[in-house]
Amino acid sequence: MNGCIEFVLNGVTRRLPPGTPPGQTLLEWLRGPEAGLTGTKEGCAEGDCGACTVVAEEPDGRRVPLNACLALLGQMHGRSLRTVEGLRGPGGAPHPVQRAMAEADATQCGFCTPGIVMSAWAHAREGGSVHEALAGNLCRCTGYRPILDAFSRLEDDAAPAPPPAALAGGHFSGTGQEFHLPADLPSLLALRATLPDAWLLAGGTDLGLRVSEHREKPPAILCLSAVPELQHLEAGPEGLRIGAGVTYGRLLPALEGDFAPMAALLRRLGSRQIRGMGTLGGNLGTASPIGDALPPLLALGARIVLASAARGKRVVGADAFFTGYRQTLLAPDEVIIRIDLPRPPQNSVFVCEKLSKRHDQDISTVSATFLLRLEGGRIAEARLAFGGMAATPARAAAAEAALTGAPLAEASFATAVEALARDFTPLSDWRGSAEYRAAGAAGLLRRLYWRAAHPELAMEVHAL
Amino acid sequence: MKTGMGAALRQDSALKHTTGEARFADDMLEPPGLLHAVLALSPVAHGALAPLDLAPARAMPGVVVALGPGDIPGRNDISPSGKARERLFAEEYVEHWGQPLALVVAHTRDEAIAAATALRPEIRPLPPVLELEEALAANSLLMPPMVMQRGDAAAALAAAPIALDGEFRCGGQEHFYLEGQIALAIPGEDGDLTVHSSTQHPTEVQHIAARVLGCDYNRVSVQCRRMGGGFGGKESNASWVGAAAALAARASGRPVKLRLARKADMAATGKRHPFLFRWRAGCDAAGRLLALDATLAADGGSTLDLSGGVVMRAVTHALNACDVPAVRVTGLACKTNTVSNTAFRGFGGPQGVLLMEDVLQAAARATGQSLEAVREHNFAGGPNGDETPYGQHLEGDLIRRVWAEAKLLSAWDARRAEIDAFNASHPTLRRGLGSFVLAFGISFGIVAMNQAGALVSVYTDGSIRLNHGGTEMGQGLFIKVAQVVAEVFGVEVERIRITATSTDEVPNTSPTAASTGSDLNGWAAHVAATAIRARMARAAAALWGLAEEDVAFTDGQVTAGNHSMSFGELAHHCWSQRISLSATGFYKTPDLHWDPVAMKGHPFFYFSYGASVAEVLLDRLTGEHRVLRADMVQDCGRSLNPAIDLGQIEGAFVQGLGWLTCEELWWDAAGRLRTLGPSTYKIPGSRDVPPVFNVKLLEDAPARAETIFRSKAVGEPPLMLATAVWNALRDATGAARLDLPATPERVLRALGGC
Repeated sequence: MNGCIEFVLNGVTRRLPPGTPPGQTLLEWLRGPEAGLTGTKEGCAEGDCGACTVVAEEPDGRRVPLNACLALLGQMHGRSLRTVEGLRGPGGAPHPVQRAMAEADATQCGFCTPGIVMSAWAHAREGGSVHEALAGNLCRCTGYRPILDAFSRLEDDAAPAPPPAALAGGHFSGTGQEFHLPADLPSLLALRATLPDAWLLAGGTDLGLRVSEHREKPPAILCLSAVPELQHLEAGPEGLRIGAGVTYGRLLPALEGDFAPMAALLRRLGSRQIRGMGTLGGNLGTASPIGDALPPLLALGARIVLASAARGKRVVGADAFFTGYRQTLLAPDEVIIRIDLPRPPQNSVFVCEKLSKRHDQDISTVSATFLLRLEGGRIAEARLAFGGMAATPARAAAAEAALTGAPLAEASFATAVEALARDFTPLSDWRGSAEYRAAGAAGLLRRLYWRAAHPELAMEVHAL
Repeated sequence: MKTGMGAALRQDSALKHTTGEARFADDMLEPPGLLHAVLALSPVAHGALAPLDLAPARAMPGVVVALGPGDIPGRNDISPSGKARERLFAEEYVEHWGQPLALVVAHTRDEAIAAATALRPEIRPLPPVLELEEALAANSLLMPPMVMQRGDAAAALAAAPIALDGEFRCGGQEHFYLEGQIALAIPGEDGDLTVHSSTQHPTEVQHIAARVLGCDYNRVSVQCRRMGGGFGGKESNASWVGAAAALAARASGRPVKLRLARKADMAATGKRHPFLFRWRAGCDAAGRLLALDATLAADGGSTLDLSGGVVMRAVTHALNACDVPAVRVTGLACKTNTVSNTAFRGFGGPQGVLLMEDVLQAAARATGQSLEAVREHNFAGGPNGDETPYGQHLEGDLIRRVWAEAKLLSAWDARRAEIDAFNASHPTLRRGLGSFVLAFGISFGIVAMNQAGALVSVYTDGSIRLNHGGTEMGQGLFIKVAQVVAEVFGVEVERIRITATSTDEVPNTSPTAASTGSDLNGWAAHVAATAIRARMARAAAALWGLAEEDVAFTDGQVTAGNHSMSFGELAHHCWSQRISLSATGFYKTPDLHWDPVAMKGHPFFYFSYGASVAEVLLDRLTGEHRVLRADMVQDCGRSLNPAIDLGQIEGAFVQGLGWLTCEELWWDAAGRLRTLGPSTYKIPGSRDVPPVFNVKLLEDAPARAETIFRSKAVGEPPLMLATAVWNALRDATGAARLDLPATPERVLRALGGC
């Protein structure tokens, strides 16, 4: 099957000519001669500034903002997209969101504005924290105050999503690129067996960067988004079963309750735009030592389900999954299918921490997830997982040993801090020096004492 | 009339921004045959460069031309000052990582990128100088030291009862305009070129393009409708980008677009100057400063660019709003192997004013007083002198007034007590309160630059076309100047067509910089509009047999005695009487003079005053912090447009906050800048804005100088109000030294935690 990429753009079905390069970014195509929609801007080409924000209109009415600079054209097959040009009403009247932003003096240079307008349009429907809605949009002129004012006054326009294109999988080729969008698991595994070097695109927030910024043109891309098994999300008494292709945006509501600290952490992962594309499976596959979602998997003892056409399924513990810097157990013909995340036990303290230069949409300097099981004033079990401290996300064995069996007292944590120095030899880079990483990690461990012993106290600067 | 002076109108393109209709340079319909240019950048910070072989690029698919220094028909010189040799493409040596070596032009951008990557520059590495300390030790300077002195600082230091000293540093700052540098050059007849440039200085793009091409200025036309942010970064840096595009268009005979990708932009264009400060001071037991000897060393990067002006402004603002009787301030521009630093909102002022804060902090510690008590004791004017060491007078009453109002607005005393109580009660978190008071001189430091032109035309239907030398980068200049013209003609601002800045329409302009945009261009437009209005009034008076003075222009009507007609009717009447309805206007700021050797004179037309209070909260365990509240009072004179001014104040404060806290440029040991995009270089996001953010424009304070409608400049001064955040962090940490940017790491280090 060699088809055409087809999606709904601003309410109108677009069927792209055969041969349209499927691995180009959505942004390039939008701004290019075929679409000619230059309202969407390129500010950074790395998914951080938000000037290229467009909105995916989901069949259930949800509005998911996306970075068009990271989204590949083939990924858009079957979706419905809206750009800033598509908000205007009949006769070209500006949308109320567009009017509200102008009337609030929320634009100065105006280059970030179309992206912010699209985030605003999605936010009017999705709600939630204004800062979360804006975390993926940088403005260098206004100081944000008028933008926040405009956001606080938005109302949903109640416009229904356009009928979906109702297309499942596909295979698109153009200018030497093959883009595979399998629609079921056996097809995916069969393709993976024959294309072990193809890019596995689970969300594309990392791989999209290689296209957008590094101008790579991979010959083969294997996109996971149309495989139903990978989109499955299920909550049970034991924990969550999270399909590897579930976006963070879909995962977050399931994390409220027992996993609330992890939800709070993941709300700092990227932005709504990034969380609308990025997946837990992708974070695992990339295996970055600073992947924000990974320390919670280690601390909670997640199990990862892998599958291949040749050998079927196998389950590995998160602890064993990472084998080196950006190296995993995943075999060339294998795909991550699912993550099983156990609930934190009763009488435990579950804390997710992240140190970064900026609170929102920054990559961790150090991140940590702590799970303490308490029994009668003593620490029965300690699982301390860190990111940014080693070549892989890793647990702090010495510090864990120091805490295990110790009383819940400040002195126990002082001992654990000393032990932590033996666990890791962090590196220096632009996010922080080795000394800061070590001292910051120690600070987080000290903070854990106060969180565990004095849960009534506000313990970090955003809690007040 | 609702839209003249003082009306809170929106930025002229606000609705076009929100609908996506506003066109930036990269959004313009591309001309047929357009080629794309990409720069090849140095992979080494310092080294001897063999002549670059461009053949590998020329052999790549799609390449039309590849251009190096040998392909420049004019001069390989992009120096904005003309005081130093600064190259478009490196020759003989590379002096910073990311320095342009060549330009590759191809049918598509990707082809050009691939071809630029195919080049193999031969560079024999030399040790790079990366740190200011190294440059100082090696006396590696870009210009002779600037020394501003008054009295005998050495003797006064020796005689002072209390001796103080200090050393600290501040970092640079990437402009991070959302729209990267871009130019689109289109060849015309006889070697003419039109360059659409995202620039704060179209005239300089014209000059440097002509210099590189070796042609007369009149062959190059430069246009700019709008920029997606500038902040000083599109002052001199846009000129060489425009010149490179022009060179490519000339060499290929085709339209060429040069758009720097974010990483290339951050690698190859200048930033705010980092500074190292070393000082000694003396005070009495009451904390009154008696003497100061300070060295302000700026990291100029690899070439001079605008460092002379930046250092001059840092030196002249080193005492800020305070008085010190005996002073010696030395300003240095150090040469390092980093990208040449350039103009950035405040232009050395933000760095300069940090000095006095450090000195006041030390005096407060030494005398057991609060920073604020010592600050008040040392304000210029009142019992202290009001003359700056370079000979200009500050207004002591305004300094005290903005500070008193900021204190009141912030409920200083009550919050001081509340914060102290919190700090005594929490095991790990600390709150801190900080203050800042500013006196910022307004005018270009180079006297000749304080001039502006405008061209106003009235059409026979009464519609008006306005053009001036100022550029629109989002700051609201176009609407402000249109309001001036609306006021003169007594018409609503909608009657005025705002047009792109063009070297064709108003020649020989200054950059839109130094906060002077509306001061200069507002007056120039006023002069032009007033000249036309006088002619129209004369025509109306003649028609009605009345005196010219009796003719009034209000609400779109022209009236005198019992007579009245619409503005458009009068315009048509003037045409029928063969009266010119078009005029140029010219303005030069009066009374400016400066002796750059003696460092004495009257460089500033007037001063802008402001005061701020900030509260922070920090975690002693991790160094994390945030601003909880900011209160500020800014003197805008009689504001031309309070909505625009409010936006400038808020935006500048947050930009200053970023410079002082989260924005960190990081070079590796080889001199490669590793913070090359928003994923690694963190400007403030919405959550970083103080949740309580009170901004007040000083009321009933018309400018005392004869400014346009007694307004004052606003672009740069409020950026410095963020300095209160530094003081608040020092209050919360209790640390004697806190280098900038105060990232969580530096805060934790100041606390002794790492």
